Amino acid sequence: MELITPNIGLIFWTTLVFLVVLFALTKFAWKPIVSAIQERDASIEKALKSAEEAKAEMAKLNSSNQLLLREAQGEKDKILKEAKQIADKMIADAKEKAQVEADKEIAKAKDAIQNEKKIALAEVKSQVAALSVSIAEKLLKKELQNKDSQTALVYDFLKDTKFN
Amino acid sequence: MKKFSLRYLLLGFFVLFTTQFAYAEGGEGKEFDATEMIMHHVQDSHEWHFFTTTDENGKEHHVSMPLPIILYTYDRGIQIFSSANFHNEGKVYDGFVMDHEHIYYDNGSGQARTDGNGDKIAPIDLSITKNVVSMMIAMTILLVIFLSVAGAYKKREGQAPKGLQSFIEPLVVFIKDDIAVPNIGEKKYAKYLPYLLTVFFFVWVNNLLGLIPTGANASGSISFTFTLAAITGLIVNLSGNKTYWGHIFAPPVPPLLWIIMIPVEILGIISKPFALMIRLFANITAGHIIILSLLSFIFIFKSVFVGIPVSIFVVIMNFLELFVAFLQAYVFTLLSALYIGLATEEHHHEHEVEHHK
Repeated sequence: MELITPNIGLIFWTTLVFLVVLFALTKFAWKPIVSAIQERDASIEKALKSAEEAKAEMAKLNSSNQLLLREAQGEKDKILKEAKQIADKMIADAKEKAQVEADKEIAKAKDAIQNEKKIALAEVKSQVAALSVSIAEKLLKKELQNKDSQTALVYDFLKDTKFN
Repeated sequence: MKKFSLRYLLLGFFVLFTTQFAYAEGGEGKEFDATEMIMHHVQDSHEWHFFTTTDENGKEHHVSMPLPIILYTYDRGIQIFSSANFHNEGKVYDGFVMDHEHIYYDNGSGQARTDGNGDKIAPIDLSITKNVVSMMIAMTILLVIFLSVAGAYKKREGQAPKGLQSFIEPLVVFIKDDIAVPNIGEKKYAKYLPYLLTVFFFVWVNNLLGLIPTGANASGSISFTFTLAAITGLIVNLSGNKTYWGHIFAPPVPPLLWIIMIPVEILGIISKPFALMIRLFANITAGHIIILSLLSFIFIFKSVFVGIPVSIFVVIMNFLELFVAFLQAYVFTLLSALYIGLATEEHHHEHEVEHHK
């Protein structure tokens, strides 16, 4: 019975000690400790959130970089293609021009050759005519050394010549 | 420097009282009485008994620390003197007589004065007993630990906990996040958190101090558990809202049943703290009694074959008691939070009401 009978003195002291502990710890320990823990929790949460945001930002930046890179690549390809086209055109033009030039040269040469040929042919003709005349002269001179032969020739000519 | 302050404080406590260490002489080597020994150890005392030596003549010498006795008398006001004054044959001093740790008025012949009905008359005993000293040591430990931890939080603001902080912080967070918030609710818990934290650490430290050999059994005394349970009961009923009181005086049952239900609900106001009181008292005292009973075997059988296994059991029991010390502090805090939560709950859903019945 003694064991389970509350004792007024002990109740008094327990109340006193407990209330002193309660008030002292509430004022000087629990408030600063709990608020410090909460503040730290909040700051950790904030830090985690901002890290997450930074990560998202990075990913966004990365993807935009990728896009930029792809655009640049496209631009490059386009420029290269254009350049190639221009170059091809230039080469084709040059080729054409050269061809035209060459054709012209060739035509010119051909003309010249033609002219030369004409001149040469005329020369040959005159030469041949002169030669023929001289040969004919010499032949005639020889043939017509006597009278008979001259008459024969005339006759010959006459024979060939038809009178209308 | 901080580390040593606790040690000095404890030292100071002892020096204060050890200046008049008493060497009382007991009777000659009596037969070992286990019941008496156990009851003596689990109950409060007006002096702090450390050990008893027996000299070559078979005389017992008790080495104990006398504690101040404070009495409120009806005729002489407050009387304060050392309990060492009762170390005499009849345990009589200055008009008071001590009988089994109870102090009565002396009737002039070394007997307790009695009133007309034959009941012994006693002054109001507000002595600093062994349990009170133990509680004061617990208070000192708590203040030193938590004030230094609070200082550390101020000094290391926003940084990770270090040293004692990292031991205390998980416990504080545990009580906040696993006891206060789930039972009382996110909105109201902050008001009750200081009480729950204090009650947890106060009960725990007192439980642990009770496990120290020669220590007191403060948290295993009914007065201690009564006080804490009463404070919880007061907080619960003072913070009870309309729903709580409505539940008691107008239970959600047909009005005819109110004749039965209202007394039951009113009884519930008392039975909740009563259960808290009995639970803590019984768990701690029972643990002490088990350990003391096991130890008694050694003195009863006086045999190696009993002594060695019993010692092993005592060690196992002590570890179990270390766990119980924490567990009971947790249970007391949890149930306090639960009762506060029930009293401050905003509105009941119908199925919940049925659930509580």
